[in-house]
Amino acid sequence: MQKNIIKLSIISLIIFIIGVFFIGLNKSSIYDTKDLVGQKITNIQLDHFSENRIITGEDLKKNNFTLINFWASWCAPCRDEHAMLLKLNNDEKNLKILGVNFKDKKNNALKFLKDLGDPYDDIARDEFGKYSINFGIYGIPESILINKDLIIIKKFIGPISKDDYNFIKQIVRKQ
Amino acid sequence: MLSNIGNTLLSLNILIGISIIYFSFKNLNNSKTLIGKKIYHLCLFQSTFIIICFLTLVSAFIVSDFSIITVYQNSHSLKPFLYKISGTWGNHEGSLLLWAIILTIFSFFFLFYNKYHPKNYRIYSLIIQNILILGFLFFLLFNSNPFSMVSPTPKEGLGLNPILQDPALAIHPPLLYVGFVGSSIYFSAAMASLITNYSGKLFAQSIKNWVLISWSFQTLGILAGSIWAYYELGWGGFWFWDPVENASLLPWFAMSALLHSLIVLEKRNLLYFWVIILCLLTFILSVTGTFLVRSGILNSVHTFANDPSRGLYILIFLSLMIFASVLLFFSKFKNNSYNLNSNSKETFILINNWFMIFYLITVLLGTVYPIFTEVLTDHKVSVGPPFYNAVIIPIVVIFLFFMSVGPRIKWIKNKFYNLNLLFKILIASIFINFFIIYLFQGYSLMSNFIIISALFLVFASLMDLYKSLKKQNIELPRVISHLAFGFLILFIGLNYNFSIEKDFNLKVGEKKVFENYSIEFQNLKLEDFKNYKAVIGEFNISKSDENLNQSLYPEIRIYEKPSTITYEASIRSDLLKDYYITMSNIDRSEYYNIKFQKKPFMMWIWISVIFISLGGFLRFFKNAKKYY
Repeated sequence: MQKNIIKLSIISLIIFIIGVFFIGLNKSSIYDTKDLVGQKITNIQLDHFSENRIITGEDLKKNNFTLINFWASWCAPCRDEHAMLLKLNNDEKNLKILGVNFKDKKNNALKFLKDLGDPYDDIARDEFGKYSINFGIYGIPESILINKDLIIIKKFIGPISKDDYNFIKQIVRKQ
Repeated sequence: MLSNIGNTLLSLNILIGISIIYFSFKNLNNSKTLIGKKIYHLCLFQSTFIIICFLTLVSAFIVSDFSIITVYQNSHSLKPFLYKISGTWGNHEGSLLLWAIILTIFSFFFLFYNKYHPKNYRIYSLIIQNILILGFLFFLLFNSNPFSMVSPTPKEGLGLNPILQDPALAIHPPLLYVGFVGSSIYFSAAMASLITNYSGKLFAQSIKNWVLISWSFQTLGILAGSIWAYYELGWGGFWFWDPVENASLLPWFAMSALLHSLIVLEKRNLLYFWVIILCLLTFILSVTGTFLVRSGILNSVHTFANDPSRGLYILIFLSLMIFASVLLFFSKFKNNSYNLNSNSKETFILINNWFMIFYLITVLLGTVYPIFTEVLTDHKVSVGPPFYNAVIIPIVVIFLFFMSVGPRIKWIKNKFYNLNLLFKILIASIFINFFIIYLFQGYSLMSNFIIISALFLVFASLMDLYKSLKKQNIELPRVISHLAFGFLILFIGLNYNFSIEKDFNLKVGEKKVFENYSIEFQNLKLEDFKNYKAVIGEFNISKSDENLNQSLYPEIRIYEKPSTITYEASIRSDLLKDYYITMSNIDRSEYYNIKFQKKPFMMWIWISVIFISLGGFLRFFKNAKKYY
C-alpha cells in the first residue's frame, strides 16, 4: 500500500513536470527582442516613480506615440543619449516619453535629472529590473517606440543615435 | 548531390536500425549462446554509414555547398578552414547528427567489447540503444534534416556566428557529446539489466568503463565551454550558472555519483537499484538538458533558431524514455535492506552520493524554476549566481572534508580513524590559510572555511599520492582526481577573493591610475582581416611596486557575415595571474569603456580540471588493460 502511494506520487510528479514543460513550450516568451516589432505589448504594469500609483497600458493608450526609455543614473551611455531625448520631448508634441528608471537609487536618479534635464513626461521605477524583463530588456539604455494601440514600432538597443532620432521624428510626424 | 547522399545514408541507417532490432529479437529466441554474425555485421555497417553520412556533411561545409540549408545558414566561403569543419556541429541539425554518431558507435563498441557477458543482456542493451538511435534518426530526417536543400542555390552563405569561431568552442561539442550522449549506453544497459535480471558485480563491470569514459569527456567538455566563455564572452568570469552550463553540469553530477556507487556494487554487491536509478537518471538528465536548451523554453547562448516543433519532439521522446524506465524500474524493484556499517567505505561513498544528489537538485531547481513560475503564476523570474553561491558554497566545505576522509576508510568495517594524522593536516591547513590572509588581505568567514577545507583535501590527497608512488596499493587515478578537485576549489576560492576589477573610460593618450596600477591607452588602429575588420587598442599596464610592464591589445571586431560586432578580450596569462582587458566604444565619443581585471590563478583552475578528468582516463586505461 505504502509502496503504491510512493509509486503513484512519483509518477504524478513526473506528469506534472512534463506538463509544465509542455505548457512552457507554447508560451510566447518575448525575451527574444528580434521578433518584438509588430507585437502588442500586453500586461504593462509599472510603479510610478514619485506618485503612489501604477502606470498601465491604459495610460499609454492616451498618447499617440510613446517612447519607453529604460535608463539609470549609473549608465554612462544613458548620458550620451540624454540630449536626443530632451530634443524629442521639446519638439515632438505627438510623442510622449516614458522613462523607466532601471535598477537605480532614487536619489541618484533625481540628481541625474536635475543635472542633465528631465526629458520625461512620466517616469516609472523598476528598482530590481523585474518588470523590464517583460519588455525584453537586455541591458540599458534601450528604448521601445509604440503607438496608441500599444503595437511596437521599433526597438532601439543602445543609446538613441542621430539616425534613430530622425527615424522617430519621421514616424511621429506622419500622423 | 551531397544532399542526396546524406539523405540516402540516413534512410539506410533507419532500415539497418530496424533490422538490428528485428534480428536481435529473433536471436533471443534461439538457444545458441552466441550472438549471430549477422548482428555484428549490421552494427558495423550502421556505424560506418553514419560516419560516412557525417563526413558527407563535413565535406559539404568544406566545399561550401550552399545548396544545403544548414551550410548556407552557418558557413561562408571565406571562413577559415578549421571553422568550416567545426561549423558542422555548430548548429542544431549538424549537432544532432553528432548525437546519432555517438549513439551508434557506442552501441557497436558496447556490443563488441562485452563478449564475456550473457547474450540476453547484450542483446537487450542493443535493442534499447537502437530504439534510441531510431528516435534520433527520425528526428533528424523528418524534423531537423541537416541535408535539406534550398533552391535556387545561394551564391554565398550567411556565415557562422563569430562568437562561435573559437578553437575551444570548436572542440567543445564533440567532447561534451561523448560525455552525455555516451551516457545513453548505460541507460540501455541498465534497462537490459532490469529486463534480464543481470545484476550485481558483473553488471557493474560491464558498464564501469563506459561511465568512466563519458565522465572524463564530460569534464573536458565542460572545461572547453568554460574556457570559451572566459575568452570570448568578455565578462571575465568562467562560470555564470547559465541554464546551458547547468544543463551540462546536471548529468555530470549524476555521473560522478554513479562512478562512486558503481565501486560499491562491484566490490560489495550492494546498492544495485541505486546504481540503476543513477544510470537511468544520467541519460534522462542529458536529454532534459537538450530539451531545455534546444526548445527555446529557456534563453541562452545555445538557443538556436527557435522552433516549437523541435521542443515538442524532444519532449515526447523524453516522456517516453522516462515512463518506460520508471515503469520497468517499479516492476522489478525489490526492497533490499542494506546493512551498512556507519564506519565503512560503503557509507562514505553513499555520503558522496547524497552530496552529488543535493547539488543536482539545487542546480536543477534553479534551472527550471523560472519555467515553473512563468507557467504557474505568469511571473518571470531569473535565478542567478547569488542563489547557487548561497546554497552550494557552505555545503562544499562539508563535502571536501568527507572527500578527504572517505577514501582512507576500509571496506565493510573500519577499525579506527587515523585521527592523529588528520588532525595534523587540519592544523597545517588552518595555518596556511592564515598565512594566505597575511600575504594578501582578509576575506570573508565563508572563504576561510572554503580555503581550509580545500587545503585539507589537498594535503590528505598529497599523503595518498606519496604512498601511492611508493606502491602501497593506493589507487593513483583516484588520488589524482581528488587532489585536482581540492586544488580546483582552492584556486577558485583564491581567484574569487583576490580578483581586481575596474571599469573606467579612457581616450587615446590618457592614463588611469589606481592602487598601484597604471593603465595607459597608447594607441588605436584599424586592421583588415580575412573575414572581419578590427579596431585594436594598445594598452600598457605597469605597477609601481613591481617590475611590471605589459602590453595588451583588446579588439572590437566587426564581422560582415553575419554582420556582428564582438568584443575580444586581450588576456596575458602567466602561472600566477591573468591580466584581462576588454574595451567597447561609446557612441559619438572618442572615449572607450575599458574593463580591466586581474584574475589570480586562472591557469591553475584550467589545469586542475584537466587533471580531474585525467584521473578518469587513467582508471579507464588501467581497467581496459585488465579486462580486454
